[in-house]
Amino acid sequence: MAARGGGEVILEVRNIHLRFGGVKALSDVTFDVREHEIRAIIGPNGAGKSSMLNCINGVYQPQQGSIQLRGRTFTHMNPRRVAEMGVARTFQNLALFKGMSVLDNIMTGRNLKMRTNILQQAIRFGAAGREETAHRKVVEGIIDFLEIQAYRRTPVGKLPYGLQKRVDLGRALAMEPQMLLLDEPMAGMNVEEKQDMSRFILDVNDEFGTTIVLIEHDMGVVMDLSDRIVVLDYGRKIGDGSPAEVRDNPDVISAYLGAVH
Amino acid sequence: MQTTFPRLLLDHAAQRPDAAALREKEFGIWQTLTWRGLAELVEALAGGLAEAGLQRGDHLVVVGENRPRLYASMLAAQALGAIPVPLYQDAAAAEFVFPIVNADVAFAVVEDQEQVDKLLEIRPQCPKLARVWFDDGRGLRHYDDAGLASLDALVDAGRAHAAAHPGFFAAAIDQAKPDDVAAMFFTSGTTGKPKGVVHSHDTLIDRARAGARFDKLSERDEVLAYLPPAWIGQNIFSYAQWLACGYVVNCPESASTVMLDLREIGPTYYFAPPRVFEGLLTTVTIRMEDAARPKRWLYERCMALARRVGPARMDGKPLALLDRIAWAIGNVLVYAPLRNTLGFSRVRVAYTAGEAIGPDLFVFYRSIGINLKQLYGSTETAVFVCLQPDHEVKNDTVGVPIEGVEIKVSDAGEVLVRSPGLLKGYYKDPAATAEVLGGDGWYRTGDAGFLDASGHLKIIDRAKDVGKIVGGAHDGALFAPKYIENKLKFFPYIKEAVAFGDRRDKVCAFVNIDFEAVGNWAEKRNLPYGSYTDLAQKPAVLELVRECVEKVNADLAADERLAGCQISRFLVLHKELDADDGELTRTRKVRRGFIAERYGLLVDALYGGRSEQHVETEVRFEDGRVGKVAATLRIVDVKTFPAVGRAA
Repeated sequence: MAARGGGEVILEVRNIHLRFGGVKALSDVTFDVREHEIRAIIGPNGAGKSSMLNCINGVYQPQQGSIQLRGRTFTHMNPRRVAEMGVARTFQNLALFKGMSVLDNIMTGRNLKMRTNILQQAIRFGAAGREETAHRKVVEGIIDFLEIQAYRRTPVGKLPYGLQKRVDLGRALAMEPQMLLLDEPMAGMNVEEKQDMSRFILDVNDEFGTTIVLIEHDMGVVMDLSDRIVVLDYGRKIGDGSPAEVRDNPDVISAYLGAVH
Repeated sequence: MQTTFPRLLLDHAAQRPDAAALREKEFGIWQTLTWRGLAELVEALAGGLAEAGLQRGDHLVVVGENRPRLYASMLAAQALGAIPVPLYQDAAAAEFVFPIVNADVAFAVVEDQEQVDKLLEIRPQCPKLARVWFDDGRGLRHYDDAGLASLDALVDAGRAHAAAHPGFFAAAIDQAKPDDVAAMFFTSGTTGKPKGVVHSHDTLIDRARAGARFDKLSERDEVLAYLPPAWIGQNIFSYAQWLACGYVVNCPESASTVMLDLREIGPTYYFAPPRVFEGLLTTVTIRMEDAARPKRWLYERCMALARRVGPARMDGKPLALLDRIAWAIGNVLVYAPLRNTLGFSRVRVAYTAGEAIGPDLFVFYRSIGINLKQLYGSTETAVFVCLQPDHEVKNDTVGVPIEGVEIKVSDAGEVLVRSPGLLKGYYKDPAATAEVLGGDGWYRTGDAGFLDASGHLKIIDRAKDVGKIVGGAHDGALFAPKYIENKLKFFPYIKEAVAFGDRRDKVCAFVNIDFEAVGNWAEKRNLPYGSYTDLAQKPAVLELVRECVEKVNADLAADERLAGCQISRFLVLHKELDADDGELTRTRKVRRGFIAERYGLLVDALYGGRSEQHVETEVRFEDGRVGKVAATLRIVDVKTFPAVGRAA
């Protein structure tokens, strides 16, 4: 654990304001993410956690503020460019092709890395065959890593929810990201599935050195996994620090116990 | 010709260097290791182990699934004259302490982080355990415990050693004699602490070859290795016979992909304890229950035909022309696709052993054209004692003594065996050795049985378990608990059963439902349930089990000798019997005495005539935590039948 979280800052979020019409989703949120750490964003429902994640990976454009990723500052970003900079994410409500097999779903994560075009791929012309083999190798490594060999050929829609979440993680990992954004990776899981997922998140962080930013509701999980935690409430940051610091923060306690605003 | 395992390896490597020895599925592809490649790997491992200080006569613990490099480690130990001791990979850490301390083990080769964690946990109790090597380094990056290293490092060290000491490997192998100790297997033991069964190269190779000649095995056969290598059954089939015959052993990708891998490989030689066949049949039954009506109709029609015609066909008996045609049509429509789904398309010989197999279960596989046979043997006899010859298979016997084996039945009804494959003894336990191995060379099996008129051996039960009913309507009748339990377990809804009745006036039983099968059954009836405990006590489920028990009673009543074994009362247990709680052995045999003691309250309730009983039980989870399960169990009375023989 000592090796983790001591790295340099690779993502800096400064004074972000995000409004949807009159609704202030985020106001003046500032925090940073260091290389190789597990950074959690927590907060009650509607606190702006998913919006924050969507700003980072370019789905939403904040009206004010800046995001600096690996030294490059930008205010206008699109998801593809973020992905090309090595940021992958998973989704709260899963973004998988239900009718496709586990293998094919994870293969879609390699899309950005494909150099041959769709026509070549369709008829396995020229380099397309070799390229597919190379990508398949990476994907098989991920399947092995996530221990889903038994479901390689199973359509994703037929899998239990906990496994679908794992496939979603696999699809994100297929990008070989430097930073992974996880939107509620354990929502709707039972205790055993949560334990499995926690282990995989720690293993990803450990084996691949991937920096992880995650949103999670389960406090026990967050406290166990994270190196540092940002707490949002009504779009404002009310706490930031190690799990112990956050736990003792009176603002955080009142936000979670439902004090009057 | 007498030889040793490492010499067999060198022979294969010299004669067929590029033939496949092992295959392992990894990253979605079957990766092949040739005999030459294997010999090189074994040489490197042996060099590494020698450098680490493994001496002739030392023990090397091996823990893990069937992995090529673990097999190679066993061969490497044998090449140095050391003795591999495979242990059960799913055993709890504490269960490793006895074998490791008992055999003064200093070195261990294990599969992965799970096993490393277990060994590190018990290290304080095993002061001699100095070095541990792991095959799969995942999650072990930050471990800096002394003496812990990867097999890669061991192989590298071994290559350097081999370069510095050319000829060392061959010379070490030359020193080994056929009657040196080759391996030690700790028996799970239904009672007491485990015992190390010591076998020499001679005993294992002799039996491996006798079995191979019996079924004409050759280097063209294929085997899938997926049962614990610590079990002598798996060890004989995928190690001793592998080296004796030179066939290909295939290692599945993971424990959860065994069924898929089985289909891909299509083994020609297959071996499994009855519970595996039972599990497969349960899967088929469940899937057929979910199938559309026309398919179900077709399946039922074809299976009825198979039951009538199939066994006679397998026995090589002449069939009526119409039956032959009907079976051929059934084969195209149902049997062949079913065999393919089960992964048995190419099976030439399949064996079941370890426990008695339910006759209906046995007949099912034979009726769809799988040459499933029974064999009889144990760890102490290096497996092969009796085998069923092709075309001479009976449901209730375990076959004829094969070459080299003599059998006789003692006055007390116990089966005695004399064979070249008998154990050298129990490790450091001369008293236990003397108990089973007399000076006259006869081994006491502890099984009650007899040879029938055609020379086939029939096993009834463990000799010490066969009891007597005392008092009641069937005073003095024979009580064969395992016989009853097996009959119950044949129903797909019943996973385990424990029968009581020795020195009592009637037979009562505990039942474990099969969560998957009964769960499926309940869902189809829109019967909501929360957990195993909840499902087990549903009145509809109890009624379902009662019907099964009644059918068993009707069956038992048909046999005058066993009519007294009919079950009067039963209850469905609130938790699944589990090896982690000590209720089953690692090979999943019920430990009747332990269960009777642990659930004494429930036994008293069964015999005391109560209609329900509240019970609270501690359960141990796989990670060692302890929890509690509490429930009020209903006790159900069952109809018994008059013995058919007596009524007539």
